Amino acid sequence: MSNFLALVLVFAGAFATAQEITVAAAADMSAALPELVASYAKKTGQSVKLSFGASGNLTNQIRNGAPFDIFLSADEGYPRQLITEGLASNDTLYRYAIGRLVLWVPGDSPLDLTRLGIKALLDPSVKKISLANPATAPYGRAAEAALRHFGIYDQVSSRLVVGENISQAAQFVESGNAQAGLIALSRALAPAMKDKGRYWTVPLDAYPTLNQAAVVLSRSKQRDAARKFLEFLRSPEATSLLTSYGFSLPAEKH
Amino acid sequence: MNWEAFWLTVRLAALVSTLLIAIGIPIAYWLTYSRWRWKFLVEAAVALPIVLPPTVLGFYVLVALGSRSPLGRWWESITGHTLAFTFEGLVIGSLLYSLPFAVQPFAASFNAVDSKLLRASASLGASPVQTFRRIVLPLSKAGLVTGFALSFAHTLGEFGVVLMVGGNIPGVTRTISVDIYDQVQTANYSSANQTALLLLIISFLVLSVVYGVNRRAWAVGPWQ
Repeated sequence: MSNFLALVLVFAGAFATAQEITVAAAADMSAALPELVASYAKKTGQSVKLSFGASGNLTNQIRNGAPFDIFLSADEGYPRQLITEGLASNDTLYRYAIGRLVLWVPGDSPLDLTRLGIKALLDPSVKKISLANPATAPYGRAAEAALRHFGIYDQVSSRLVVGENISQAAQFVESGNAQAGLIALSRALAPAMKDKGRYWTVPLDAYPTLNQAAVVLSRSKQRDAARKFLEFLRSPEATSLLTSYGFSLPAEKH
Repeated sequence: MNWEAFWLTVRLAALVSTLLIAIGIPIAYWLTYSRWRWKFLVEAAVALPIVLPPTVLGFYVLVALGSRSPLGRWWESITGHTLAFTFEGLVIGSLLYSLPFAVQPFAASFNAVDSKLLRASASLGASPVQTFRRIVLPLSKAGLVTGFALSFAHTLGEFGVVLMVGGNIPGVTRTISVDIYDQVQTANYSSANQTALLLLIISFLVLSVVYGVNRRAWAVGPWQ
Protein backbone atom coordinates (compact mmCIF):
# COMPACT_ATOMS: atom_id res chain seq x y z
CA MET A 1 0.00 0.00 0.00
CA SER A 2 2.71 2.48 0.97
CA ASN A 3 4.60 1.53 -2.18
CA PHE A 4 1.53 2.32 -4.19
CA LEU A 5 1.18 5.68 -2.45
CA ALA A 6 4.82 6.46 -3.12
CA LEU A 7 4.30 5.66 -6.77
CA VAL A 8 1.29 7.96 -6.92
CA LEU A 9 3.30 10.74 -5.31
CA VAL A 10 6.15 10.26 -7.76
CA PHE A 11 3.74 10.49 -10.66
CA ALA A 12 2.01 13.52 -9.18
CA GLY A 13 5.43 15.15 -8.86
CA ALA A 14 6.30 14.23 -12.42
CA PHE A 15 3.14 15.82 -13.73
CA ALA A 16 3.68 18.94 -11.70
CA THR A 17 7.12 19.47 -13.23
CA ALA A 18 5.79 18.83 -16.75
CA GLN A 19 4.90 22.53 -16.85
CA GLU A 20 1.27 22.15 -17.68
CA ILE A 21 -0.41 25.47 -18.34
CA THR A 22 -4.05 26.26 -17.71
CA VAL A 23 -6.12 28.49 -19.97
CA ALA A 24 -9.37 30.10 -18.88
CA ALA A 25 -11.30 30.73 -22.07
CA ALA A 26 -14.55 32.33 -23.11
CA ALA A 27 -17.18 29.73 -24.02
CA ASP A 28 -17.17 30.81 -27.69
CA MET A 29 -13.75 29.11 -27.93
CA SER A 30 -15.02 25.76 -26.62
CA ALA A 31 -14.91 24.10 -30.05
CA ALA A 32 -11.88 25.80 -31.62
CA LEU A 33 -9.52 25.86 -28.64
CA PRO A 34 -9.35 22.09 -27.97
CA GLU A 35 -8.24 21.64 -31.60
CA LEU A 36 -5.60 24.34 -31.24
CA VAL A 37 -4.36 22.85 -27.99
CA ALA A 38 -4.16 19.35 -29.44
CA SER A 39 -2.05 20.52 -32.35
CA TYR A 40 0.12 22.63 -30.02
CA ALA A 41 0.70 19.65 -27.74
CA LYS A 42 1.68 17.48 -30.70
CA LYS A 43 4.17 20.06 -31.85
CA THR A 44 5.75 21.15 -28.59
CA GLY A 45 4.86 18.50 -26.01
CA GLN A 46 3.33 21.27 -23.92
CA SER A 47 0.08 20.13 -22.34
CA VAL A 48 -2.61 22.74 -21.85
CA LYS A 49 -5.61 22.42 -19.57
CA LEU A 50 -8.78 24.28 -20.52
CA SER A 51 -11.49 25.84 -18.42
CA PHE A 52 -14.47 27.40 -20.20
CA GLY A 53 -17.06 29.86 -18.96
CA ALA A 54 -18.61 33.27 -19.50
CA SER A 55 -15.83 35.86 -19.65
CA GLY A 56 -17.31 37.75 -16.69
CA ASN A 57 -17.50 34.59 -14.58
CA LEU A 58 -13.89 33.72 -15.41
CA THR A 59 -12.79 37.27 -14.55
CA ASN A 60 -14.43 36.90 -11.18
CA GLN A 61 -12.77 33.53 -10.62
CA ILE A 62 -9.38 35.07 -11.49
CA ARG A 63 -10.05 37.87 -9.00
CA ASN A 64 -10.63 35.21 -6.38
CA GLY A 65 -7.37 33.46 -7.03
CA ALA A 66 -8.18 30.86 -9.69
CA PRO A 67 -4.91 29.20 -10.78
CA PHE A 68 -5.02 30.11 -14.48
CA ASP A 69 -2.00 31.11 -16.57
CA ILE A 70 -3.81 32.63 -19.55
CA PHE A 71 -7.17 34.30 -19.98
CA LEU A 72 -8.89 34.37 -23.38
CA SER A 73 -11.80 36.77 -23.05
CA ALA A 74 -14.66 37.35 -25.49
CA ASP A 75 -14.26 41.07 -24.98
CA GLU A 76 -11.36 43.33 -24.22
CA GLY A 77 -12.97 45.01 -21.23
CA TYR A 78 -12.48 42.15 -18.79
CA PRO A 79 -8.71 41.68 -19.36
CA ARG A 80 -8.29 45.47 -19.13
CA GLN A 81 -10.06 45.44 -15.75
CA LEU A 82 -7.69 42.69 -14.58
CA ILE A 83 -4.70 44.72 -15.76
CA THR A 84 -5.95 47.76 -13.81
CA GLU A 85 -6.28 45.55 -10.74
CA GLY A 86 -2.74 44.27 -11.20
CA LEU A 87 -3.89 40.74 -11.96
CA ALA A 88 -2.71 40.57 -15.58
CA SER A 89 0.29 41.92 -17.41
CA ASN A 90 -0.37 44.78 -19.78
CA ASP A 91 2.42 43.97 -22.24
CA THR A 92 0.91 40.55 -23.04
CA LEU A 93 -2.57 41.86 -23.91
CA TYR A 94 -3.53 41.49 -27.53
CA ARG A 95 -6.59 40.96 -29.68
CA TYR A 96 -6.44 37.58 -31.32
CA ALA A 97 -9.78 37.64 -33.14
CA ILE A 98 -13.15 39.31 -33.52
CA GLY A 99 -16.24 37.33 -32.58
CA ARG A 100 -19.45 37.35 -34.60
CA LEU A 101 -22.99 37.15 -33.32
CA VAL A 102 -25.54 35.07 -35.23
CA LEU A 103 -29.24 34.36 -35.03
CA TRP A 104 -29.55 30.56 -35.05
CA VAL A 105 -32.65 28.40 -35.54
CA PRO A 106 -32.95 24.59 -35.52
CA GLY A 107 -33.09 22.83 -38.90
CA ASP A 108 -36.81 22.07 -38.57
CA SER A 109 -37.70 25.72 -37.97
CA PRO A 110 -40.14 27.23 -40.52
CA LEU A 111 -38.52 30.67 -40.24
CA ASP A 112 -36.96 32.14 -43.40
CA LEU A 113 -33.89 33.80 -41.93
CA THR A 114 -32.46 35.11 -45.21
CA ARG A 115 -35.65 37.04 -45.93
CA LEU A 116 -36.57 38.12 -42.41
CA GLY A 117 -33.21 38.56 -40.68
CA ILE A 118 -33.60 39.63 -37.07
CA LYS A 119 -37.33 40.27 -37.66
CA ALA A 120 -37.77 36.48 -37.67
CA LEU A 121 -37.83 36.83 -33.89
CA LEU A 122 -41.19 38.62 -34.13
CA ASP A 123 -42.82 35.50 -35.60
CA PRO A 124 -45.43 34.09 -33.17
CA SER A 125 -43.89 30.62 -33.44
CA VAL A 126 -40.83 31.94 -31.59
CA LYS A 127 -41.86 31.49 -27.97
CA LYS A 128 -38.41 31.58 -26.41
CA ILE A 129 -35.21 33.26 -27.59
CA SER A 130 -32.01 32.20 -25.91
CA LEU A 131 -29.04 34.44 -25.30
CA ALA A 132 -26.10 34.46 -22.91
CA ASN A 133 -26.36 36.33 -19.61
CA PRO A 134 -25.65 40.02 -20.46
CA ALA A 135 -24.33 40.56 -16.94
CA THR A 136 -21.40 38.19 -17.43
CA ALA A 137 -21.16 37.23 -21.11
CA PRO A 138 -20.01 39.64 -23.86
CA TYR A 139 -22.18 37.82 -26.42
CA GLY A 140 -25.18 38.39 -24.16
CA ARG A 141 -24.47 42.11 -24.16
CA ALA A 142 -23.96 42.03 -27.93
CA ALA A 143 -27.31 40.24 -28.36
CA GLU A 144 -29.10 42.81 -26.23
CA ALA A 145 -27.41 45.65 -28.12
CA ALA A 146 -28.42 44.13 -31.46
CA LEU A 147 -32.06 43.75 -30.38
CA ARG A 148 -32.07 47.42 -29.35
CA HIS A 149 -30.28 48.42 -32.55
CA PHE A 150 -33.08 46.89 -34.62
CA GLY A 151 -35.69 48.40 -32.30
CA ILE A 152 -37.32 45.10 -31.33
CA TYR A 153 -35.98 44.69 -27.79
CA ASP A 154 -39.23 45.70 -26.08
CA GLN A 155 -41.26 43.39 -28.30
CA VAL A 156 -39.18 40.32 -27.52
CA SER A 157 -37.90 41.01 -23.99
CA SER A 158 -40.59 38.84 -22.35
CA ARG A 159 -39.47 35.87 -24.44
CA LEU A 160 -35.76 36.00 -23.65
CA VAL A 161 -34.21 33.09 -21.77
CA VAL A 162 -30.76 33.55 -20.38
CA GLY A 163 -28.04 30.94 -20.54
CA GLU A 164 -25.23 30.96 -18.02
CA ASN A 165 -22.78 31.44 -20.90
CA ILE A 166 -22.87 31.21 -24.71
CA SER A 167 -22.63 27.41 -24.60
CA GLN A 168 -25.77 27.07 -22.52
CA ALA A 169 -27.56 29.61 -24.71
CA ALA A 170 -26.61 27.48 -27.72
CA GLN A 171 -27.73 24.30 -25.96
CA PHE A 172 -31.14 25.84 -25.12
CA VAL A 173 -31.89 26.40 -28.81
CA GLU A 174 -30.07 23.31 -30.11
CA SER A 175 -32.24 21.11 -27.86
CA GLY A 176 -35.37 22.79 -29.23
CA ASN A 177 -36.41 24.24 -25.87
CA ALA A 178 -35.97 27.71 -27.36
CA GLN A 179 -37.03 28.32 -30.97
CA ALA A 180 -34.28 30.82 -31.78
CA GLY A 181 -31.00 31.83 -30.22
CA LEU A 182 -28.54 34.69 -30.43
CA ILE A 183 -25.25 32.84 -30.18
CA ALA A 184 -21.62 32.95 -31.29
CA LEU A 185 -20.87 32.14 -34.93
CA SER A 186 -18.08 29.90 -33.62
CA ARG A 187 -20.73 27.76 -31.90
CA ALA A 188 -22.94 27.65 -35.00
CA LEU A 189 -19.95 26.35 -37.00
CA ALA A 190 -18.87 23.82 -34.36
CA PRO A 191 -19.33 20.15 -35.35
CA ALA A 192 -21.99 19.65 -32.68
CA MET A 193 -24.33 22.24 -34.23
CA LYS A 194 -23.20 22.67 -37.81
CA ASP A 195 -25.72 20.37 -39.49
CA LYS A 196 -28.53 20.93 -37.04
CA GLY A 197 -29.68 24.37 -37.98
CA ARG A 198 -29.39 27.57 -40.00
CA TYR A 199 -28.11 30.98 -39.04
CA TRP A 200 -28.22 34.62 -40.01
CA THR A 201 -25.14 36.71 -39.29
CA VAL A 202 -25.99 39.84 -37.35
CA PRO A 203 -24.32 42.85 -39.05
CA LEU A 204 -21.24 44.16 -37.25
CA ASP A 205 -22.66 47.65 -36.83
CA ALA A 206 -25.55 46.34 -34.70
CA TYR A 207 -23.45 45.73 -31.59
CA PRO A 208 -20.13 46.81 -30.06
CA THR A 209 -17.23 44.88 -31.59
CA LEU A 210 -16.50 41.62 -29.81
CA ASN A 211 -12.73 41.97 -29.58
CA GLN A 212 -11.40 38.62 -28.38
CA ALA A 213 -8.43 39.43 -26.19
CA ALA A 214 -5.73 37.28 -24.62
CA VAL A 215 -3.63 38.09 -21.60
CA VAL A 216 -1.09 36.33 -19.35
CA LEU A 217 -2.14 36.46 -15.71
CA SER A 218 0.12 37.84 -12.98
CA ARG A 219 -0.36 34.83 -10.72
CA SER A 220 1.02 32.49 -13.38
CA LYS A 221 4.17 30.66 -12.37
CA GLN A 222 4.85 29.70 -15.96
CA ARG A 223 4.78 32.98 -17.82
CA ASP A 224 7.28 31.89 -20.43
CA ALA A 225 5.26 28.82 -21.35
CA ALA A 226 2.13 30.99 -21.35
CA ARG A 227 3.72 33.59 -23.65
CA LYS A 228 4.80 30.86 -26.03
CA PHE A 229 1.27 29.57 -26.28
CA LEU A 230 0.00 33.07 -27.03
CA GLU A 231 2.62 33.36 -29.78
CA PHE A 232 1.25 30.14 -31.24
CA LEU A 233 -2.22 31.77 -31.25
CA ARG A 234 -0.84 34.33 -33.73
CA SER A 235 0.69 31.70 -36.02
CA PRO A 236 -0.83 31.17 -39.48
CA GLU A 237 -1.94 27.69 -38.44
CA ALA A 238 -3.87 29.01 -35.43
CA THR A 239 -5.37 31.98 -37.22
CA SER A 240 -6.57 29.88 -40.13
CA LEU A 241 -8.30 27.52 -37.69
CA LEU A 242 -9.89 30.48 -35.91
CA THR A 243 -11.11 31.81 -39.25
CA SER A 244 -12.64 28.43 -40.07
CA TYR A 245 -14.68 28.80 -36.87
CA GLY A 246 -16.03 32.13 -38.07
CA PHE A 247 -13.71 34.42 -36.14
CA SER A 248 -12.36 37.30 -38.18
CA LEU A 249 -8.86 38.60 -37.56
CA PRO A 250 -8.34 42.08 -36.12
CA ALA A 251 -6.30 43.28 -39.13
CA GLU A 252 -8.83 42.21 -41.75
CA LYS A 253 -11.77 43.66 -39.85
CA HIS A 254 -14.88 44.21 -42.10
CA MET B 1 -31.54 42.14 -2.06
CA ASN B 2 -33.74 40.83 -4.85
CA TRP B 3 -37.17 40.53 -3.25
CA GLU B 4 -38.81 39.40 -6.48
CA ALA B 5 -36.50 36.38 -6.60
CA PHE B 6 -37.03 35.81 -2.88
CA TRP B 7 -40.82 35.69 -3.04
CA LEU B 8 -40.73 33.64 -6.22
CA THR B 9 -38.61 31.05 -4.42
CA VAL B 10 -40.84 31.07 -1.32
CA ARG B 11 -43.87 30.56 -3.60
CA LEU B 12 -42.12 27.69 -5.37
CA ALA B 13 -41.04 26.02 -2.13
CA ALA B 14 -44.47 26.43 -0.48
CA LEU B 15 -46.26 25.02 -3.52
CA VAL B 16 -43.87 22.09 -3.88
CA SER B 17 -43.93 21.11 -0.21
CA THR B 18 -47.74 21.35 -0.13
CA LEU B 19 -48.06 19.19 -3.23
CA LEU B 20 -45.59 16.75 -1.69
CA ILE B 21 -47.91 16.31 1.31
CA ALA B 22 -50.64 15.20 -1.10
CA ILE B 23 -48.32 13.04 -3.23
CA GLY B 24 -46.02 11.86 -0.46
CA ILE B 25 -48.61 10.52 2.01
CA PRO B 26 -50.03 7.85 -0.36
CA ILE B 27 -46.52 6.82 -1.41
CA ALA B 28 -45.33 6.65 2.21
CA TYR B 29 -48.49 4.73 3.13
CA TRP B 30 -47.83 2.17 0.42
CA LEU B 31 -44.14 1.92 1.37
CA THR B 32 -45.10 1.33 5.02
CA TYR B 33 -47.80 -1.28 4.62
CA SER B 34 -47.08 -3.03 1.33
CA ARG B 35 -45.66 -6.55 1.58
CA TRP B 36 -44.63 -6.73 -2.06
CA ARG B 37 -41.26 -8.46 -2.24
CA TRP B 38 -39.87 -5.94 -4.77
CA LYS B 39 -40.86 -2.98 -2.62
CA PHE B 40 -37.19 -2.18 -2.02
CA LEU B 41 -36.91 -1.19 -5.68
CA VAL B 42 -39.57 1.48 -5.20
CA GLU B 43 -37.82 2.61 -2.02
CA ALA B 44 -34.60 2.96 -3.95
CA ALA B 45 -36.33 4.89 -6.74
CA VAL B 46 -37.92 7.30 -4.26
CA ALA B 47 -34.55 7.88 -2.58
CA LEU B 48 -32.74 8.50 -5.90
CA PRO B 49 -32.82 12.32 -5.80
CA ILE B 50 -30.77 12.25 -2.58
CA VAL B 51 -27.76 10.85 -4.42
CA LEU B 52 -28.46 11.87 -8.01
CA PRO B 53 -26.64 14.99 -9.23
CA PRO B 54 -29.13 17.81 -9.93
CA THR B 55 -27.59 18.01 -13.39
CA VAL B 56 -28.93 14.54 -14.18
CA LEU B 57 -32.43 15.64 -13.27
CA GLY B 58 -31.94 18.90 -15.16
CA PHE B 59 -30.74 17.02 -18.21
CA TYR B 60 -33.82 14.80 -18.23
CA VAL B 61 -36.23 17.67 -17.74
CA LEU B 62 -34.52 19.53 -20.59
CA VAL B 63 -34.13 16.66 -23.03
CA ALA B 64 -36.57 13.89 -22.13
CA LEU B 65 -39.31 16.42 -21.44
CA GLY B 66 -38.12 18.86 -24.13
CA SER B 67 -39.92 19.62 -27.36
CA ARG B 68 -38.13 16.80 -29.22
CA SER B 69 -39.54 14.02 -27.02
CA PRO B 70 -43.05 12.48 -27.20
CA LEU B 71 -43.69 13.42 -23.57
CA GLY B 72 -42.56 16.99 -24.23
CA ARG B 73 -44.71 17.29 -27.34
CA TRP B 74 -47.73 16.00 -25.40
CA TRP B 75 -47.11 18.60 -22.69
CA GLU B 76 -46.68 21.30 -25.35
CA SER B 77 -49.94 20.33 -27.09
CA ILE B 78 -51.81 20.78 -23.79
CA THR B 79 -50.14 23.87 -22.38
CA GLY B 80 -48.75 25.54 -25.51
CA HIS B 81 -45.20 25.74 -24.21
CA THR B 82 -42.30 23.52 -23.20
CA LEU B 83 -41.54 22.70 -19.59
CA ALA B 84 -38.17 24.39 -19.69
CA PHE B 85 -38.08 28.10 -18.81
CA THR B 86 -41.45 28.01 -17.03
CA PHE B 87 -42.54 28.10 -13.40
CA GLU B 88 -44.39 24.78 -13.92
CA GLY B 89 -41.13 23.27 -15.15
CA LEU B 90 -39.45 24.32 -11.91
CA VAL B 91 -42.38 22.91 -9.89
CA ILE B 92 -42.14 19.51 -11.63
CA GLY B 93 -38.35 19.42 -11.33
CA SER B 94 -38.56 20.36 -7.65
CA LEU B 95 -41.26 17.77 -6.93
CA LEU B 96 -38.91 15.05 -8.16
CA TYR B 97 -35.91 16.67 -6.53
CA SER B 98 -37.50 16.97 -3.08
CA LEU B 99 -39.66 13.83 -3.11
CA PRO B 100 -37.52 11.75 -0.68
CA PHE B 101 -37.28 14.65 1.75
CA ALA B 102 -41.04 14.38 2.22
CA VAL B 103 -41.68 10.65 1.73
CA GLN B 104 -38.93 9.33 4.01
CA PRO B 105 -39.96 11.25 7.18
CA PHE B 106 -43.61 10.39 6.44
CA ALA B 107 -42.85 6.68 6.08
CA ALA B 108 -40.60 6.67 9.13
CA SER B 109 -43.30 8.18 11.31
CA PHE B 110 -45.99 5.80 9.96
CA ASN B 111 -43.65 2.92 10.77
CA ALA B 112 -43.13 4.18 14.30
CA VAL B 113 -46.82 3.88 15.18
CA ASP B 114 -47.29 0.93 17.56
CA SER B 115 -48.81 -1.96 15.64
CA LYS B 116 -50.89 -2.89 18.74
CA LEU B 117 -52.88 0.29 18.22
CA LEU B 118 -53.56 -0.69 14.60
CA ARG B 119 -54.76 -4.13 15.64
CA ALA B 120 -56.91 -2.68 18.40
CA SER B 121 -58.47 -0.26 15.90
CA ALA B 122 -59.14 -3.08 13.44
CA SER B 123 -60.69 -5.27 16.16
CA LEU B 124 -63.09 -2.42 16.93
CA GLY B 125 -64.27 -2.60 13.32
CA ALA B 126 -62.34 0.29 11.73
CA SER B 127 -61.32 -0.07 8.10
CA PRO B 128 -57.62 0.34 7.21
CA VAL B 129 -58.35 3.80 5.80
CA GLN B 130 -60.24 4.81 8.96
CA THR B 131 -57.40 3.50 11.11
CA PHE B 132 -54.91 5.42 9.01
CA ARG B 133 -56.86 8.65 9.25
CA ARG B 134 -57.77 8.46 12.92
CA ILE B 135 -54.78 6.67 14.44
CA VAL B 136 -51.73 6.79 12.18
CA LEU B 137 -51.96 10.33 10.80
CA PRO B 138 -52.54 12.08 14.16
CA LEU B 139 -49.66 10.12 15.70
CA SER B 140 -47.42 11.05 12.75
CA LYS B 141 -47.79 14.81 13.07
CA ALA B 142 -44.11 15.27 13.81
CA GLY B 143 -43.14 13.26 10.72
CA LEU B 144 -45.55 15.25 8.56
CA VAL B 145 -44.18 18.56 9.81
CA THR B 146 -40.63 17.27 9.30
CA GLY B 147 -41.33 16.15 5.73
CA PHE B 148 -43.05 19.43 4.90
CA ALA B 149 -40.27 21.54 6.41
CA LEU B 150 -37.43 19.53 4.86
CA SER B 151 -38.94 19.55 1.37
CA PHE B 152 -39.62 23.29 1.75
CA ALA B 153 -36.03 23.98 2.77
CA HIS B 154 -34.61 21.66 0.13
CA THR B 155 -36.59 23.39 -2.64
CA LEU B 156 -35.59 26.80 -1.29
CA GLY B 157 -31.95 25.89 -1.79
CA GLU B 158 -32.33 24.19 -5.15
CA PHE B 159 -29.74 25.39 -7.65
CA GLY B 160 -28.48 22.92 -10.24
CA VAL B 161 -31.84 21.97 -11.73
CA VAL B 162 -32.96 25.59 -11.87
CA LEU B 163 -29.73 26.71 -13.50
CA MET B 164 -30.13 24.04 -16.16
CA VAL B 165 -33.80 24.39 -17.03
CA GLY B 166 -34.81 27.82 -15.71
CA GLY B 167 -33.37 30.23 -18.25
CA ASN B 168 -32.95 32.86 -15.51
CA ILE B 169 -36.16 34.79 -16.29
CA PRO B 170 -36.89 37.50 -13.67
CA GLY B 171 -40.17 36.82 -11.85
CA VAL B 172 -40.60 33.41 -13.50
CA THR B 173 -37.54 31.24 -12.98
CA ARG B 174 -34.88 33.46 -11.38
CA THR B 175 -34.82 31.91 -7.93
CA ILE B 176 -32.92 33.21 -4.95
CA SER B 177 -30.03 30.76 -5.34
CA VAL B 178 -29.56 31.70 -9.01
CA ASP B 179 -29.73 35.35 -7.97
CA ILE B 180 -26.94 34.79 -5.43
CA TYR B 181 -24.90 33.04 -8.13
CA ASP B 182 -25.36 35.99 -10.51
CA GLN B 183 -24.45 38.48 -7.78
CA VAL B 184 -21.26 36.56 -7.00
CA GLN B 185 -20.34 36.18 -10.68
CA THR B 186 -20.65 39.92 -11.21
CA ALA B 187 -18.58 40.57 -8.05
CA ASN B 188 -21.58 42.17 -6.36
CA TYR B 189 -20.57 40.71 -3.01
CA SER B 190 -22.53 42.97 -0.68
CA SER B 191 -25.81 42.05 -2.34
CA ALA B 192 -24.85 38.36 -2.43
CA ASN B 193 -23.94 38.64 1.23
CA GLN B 194 -27.35 39.99 2.28
CA THR B 195 -29.23 37.34 0.35
CA ALA B 196 -26.97 34.52 1.50
CA LEU B 197 -27.36 35.60 5.12
CA LEU B 198 -31.14 35.67 4.81
CA LEU B 199 -31.12 32.18 3.31
CA LEU B 200 -28.81 30.95 6.05
CA ILE B 201 -31.14 32.29 8.73
CA ILE B 202 -34.25 30.82 7.09
CA SER B 203 -32.59 27.42 6.67
CA PHE B 204 -31.54 27.44 10.31
CA LEU B 205 -35.05 28.40 11.45
CA VAL B 206 -36.66 25.66 9.35
CA LEU B 207 -34.30 23.02 10.71
CA SER B 208 -34.86 24.32 14.25
CA VAL B 209 -38.58 23.75 13.71
CA VAL B 210 -37.86 20.21 12.52
CA TYR B 211 -35.72 19.32 15.53
CA GLY B 212 -38.00 21.17 17.95
CA VAL B 213 -41.12 19.41 16.71
CA ASN B 214 -39.48 16.00 16.89
CA ARG B 215 -38.25 16.57 20.40
CA ARG B 216 -41.70 17.63 21.63
CA ALA B 217 -43.32 14.68 19.90
CA TRP B 218 -40.87 12.45 21.67
CA ALA B 219 -41.92 13.85 25.05
CA VAL B 220 -45.69 13.42 24.56
CA GLY B 221 -45.57 10.24 22.47
CA PRO B 222 -48.16 7.63 23.41
CA TRP B 223 -45.55 4.94 23.78
CA GLN B 224 -44.17 6.42 27.01
